Parts: sequence; structure tokens; C-alpha cells
Amino acid sequence: MKTIKVNVVTPDGPVYDAEVEMVSTKAKSGELGIMAGHVPTVAPLTIGAVRLKNGSNTDYVAVNGGFLEVRPDVVTILAQSAERAETIDLARAQAAKARAEQRLQNNDGSNDAKRADLALKRAINRIQIAEMR
Amino acid sequence: MASLRDIKSRITSTKKTSQITKAMQMVSASKMNRAEANAKAYVPYMDKIQEVVSSIANGSTGASHPMLVSRPVKKTGYLVITSDRGLAGAYNSSILRHVHKTILERHKSNDEFVIIAIGRVGRDFFVSRNMHVELEVTGVPDQPSFADISSLAKSTVNLYLNELCDELYMYYNHYVSPIQQDVTETQVLPLADFNTSNAAMTSYEFEPNAEEILEVLLPQYAESLIYGALLDGKASEHSARMTAMKNATDNAKELIDSLSLQYNRARQAAITQEITEIVGGAAALE
Repeated sequence: MKTIKVNVVTPDGPVYDAEVEMVSTKAKSGELGIMAGHVPTVAPLTIGAVRLKNGSNTDYVAVNGGFLEVRPDVVTILAQSAERAETIDLARAQAAKARAEQRLQNNDGSNDAKRADLALKRAINRIQIAEMR
Repeated sequence: MASLRDIKSRITSTKKTSQITKAMQMVSASKMNRAEANAKAYVPYMDKIQEVVSSIANGSTGASHPMLVSRPVKKTGYLVITSDRGLAGAYNSSILRHVHKTILERHKSNDEFVIIAIGRVGRDFFVSRNMHVELEVTGVPDQPSFADISSLAKSTVNLYLNELCDELYMYYNHYVSPIQQDVTETQVLPLADFNTSNAAMTSYEFEPNAEEILEVLLPQYAESLIYGALLDGKASEHSARMTAMKNATDNAKELIDSLSLQYNRARQAAITQEITEIVGGAAALE
């Protein structure tokens, strides 16, 4: 099967770089699956998982927003932070989740609540992906 | 002439200082290497995001966004990157002198601009001159991660979006080589001129549409410009400190050499004097 090159890049350096058969991820407008030969596209992503399928093997990367760029020969995901499932620190993610929940409970409807909500989403996303490996 | 003991104690204290500066030099050298590596690791991200932004902004889609359009300037934002600590040679003073001069040239009153300060030295400089420091971050680690400044970057971009400032300039020391750092001024916002020379740009499908992508992409781009400047500044800071400490160590060595010479002369003079006294005393007895 034809493969396509995938780069996941964050400000702290590249996270993932390999040839895969299919990339599927969640864009703001819905689920998006990309295979080799896709038309050039740009789409913003939500906090979620990127599934990179290669044969029987599937890799997972947790991304925190960012966007996806598709070109004929390469897919690039630019996110402000991203982690591969293998490198997620489950204990830390759970601590972050507890902290965010704590903050949400005694929120006063300010900007902080929004931030805590986002932090909670990121933590839940990381925990889910860590459990998939 | 100073006494033997005075000279001796000066030599000892200079030696101790030079040990400290030598240690600081080596610490800075290793930090500089890491900072340089960080700045290099960041290049792929910056290149990518720049490529996508310019291809969208220059695309024929006619998409527009407040961050791309210049508006009449009532208030200017200056983002100044300095270090938290001194002992880095001219690192901080050259930036601050440049910014201060520029501000005095461009503005008549303190209401026409706001300062965004990264680093304690810069913050203190502007506060002591009664300039309005809108946002500040101090205690940035030596190897900053994006998370360390993402909130500052976000609030800075929001200042622009909420029209609290109408343009944003960024000042930092650009790392050229371990012995050269240049004060650099960059206009961050509005993102006016993109390099249009890359003619072979891909025409993209936008999902859902170009406006919404710019909404996500441009703030992220501006934030990454700020982070890139910070990484660059950190590499410069460490190399400036390394050079300053190397000079200090060299100067201390020179001082020790000249003091040792003085010490030996004084010692010899004392011995000569003693011999003369003994000989004189013996001659008197005869």
C-alpha cells in the first residue's frame, strides 16, 4: 500500500517522523482521514488523538490543538505541544487532571475557568491515549 | 609601598575571584551549548509554520484577519527580552540603550507606548523610568520550554487583538556566534509583509475555510515568533556571560602576575635591608 510521510512538529522539537499508510485525526470540523495522494489541505485540530496506521501497527500521538497541513507527499502537524503515547507520563497526566478538576470546582466564572477546562481536556486526552498503547 | 602582607592578601583574594569567574565561565559555556541546540531544534517548527502562514496569507482566497491589517498607530508595544541576572557583559545594557533611544525618538509622552518585559533587568530599567510595563515575566529558566512563556505570548497577542496596542516590536540579542550577538528589532504585529518570493506555493483546500484557519494559525504564529526570539536571546545571554567571565578570568590572571612581581620585589627589598642592617651592626662592633 502507498505510504505518506508524516511529521509532527512542536516548538520543543520534532515528535514524530515516519512513513505511514493512513493518518486519522479530529479536526475542528470533524474526523479527518488522510492517505497518500490527498488533495493539499489545511485544517485546525482539536485537542485529541492522531492515529498513524502502518500495516497492522498503529501509533498514537496526543496533540494539543494546532493544525494539520497536507501536501501531495507529506503531512505536517504543527501543535504547540504533542506527545507520543509511549512517552506520556500517566501519573503526571492524572495529577494534572485532578488539579484542573479542583480548579473547576471552585471557579468564579472568570477566565481561569476556561483555562482549567482546557487543561482538563488535555489531561483527559493524554490519559486516554496513554491507556491505548 | 604596600607591605608584604597587604600584597599577599590581595593576591589571595584575586585568586579566589578568578576561581569563581572561571567556574561561571564553564557553567555558561555548557548552558550556551544547550541553548544553541534548543534554538536549532526550534528551526523546523518555525520554518513550517512560516511556510504555511505565508502561503495562506498570500493565497488568492482574499482571506483577511485583523492581525494582517495595519491600522493607525495610537499605541505601540515594545517587547524587550533581557536576562534576570547581570554579569553578562554588555548583554542587557546594549538592548536597553537601544530601546530607550528608540522610544525617546519615536514618542513624546509615556502614554504612547507600553512595555512588555521578559527578564528582571529590563523590567527594573523601565519601572525606574516610570514607563508603563504592561506585562512582565521574570525567572524564565535557562532552557525555557514553550509552556514557560505561552501565557505571556498569548496575553501579548491579545493586547494587539483587543486594540490596546496597534503595533508590536520585539527587541532581543540575536545569537550570531559565541563572540558576537547583535541587537535586533523585529516587527511582530501586524504581520504585514510576507516573503512573496516563494512562487511555487501549494494552493490549499481549507477545512472549513481560510478565515477560520487564520483565526487559529496567526496567534500561534505570533506566539512562536516570540518564543523563537526568547530562545535566541537565551543563547546570546549565555554566550555573552561566558565571554564576560572569560575576560574577568584573564584580567584576574594579569593582575595576579603583576602583584606577584610586586610581592617578590618587596620581599627582596626586605631581605636586602636586613642584610645591610646585620653588616652595619657587625661593622660597628669591630
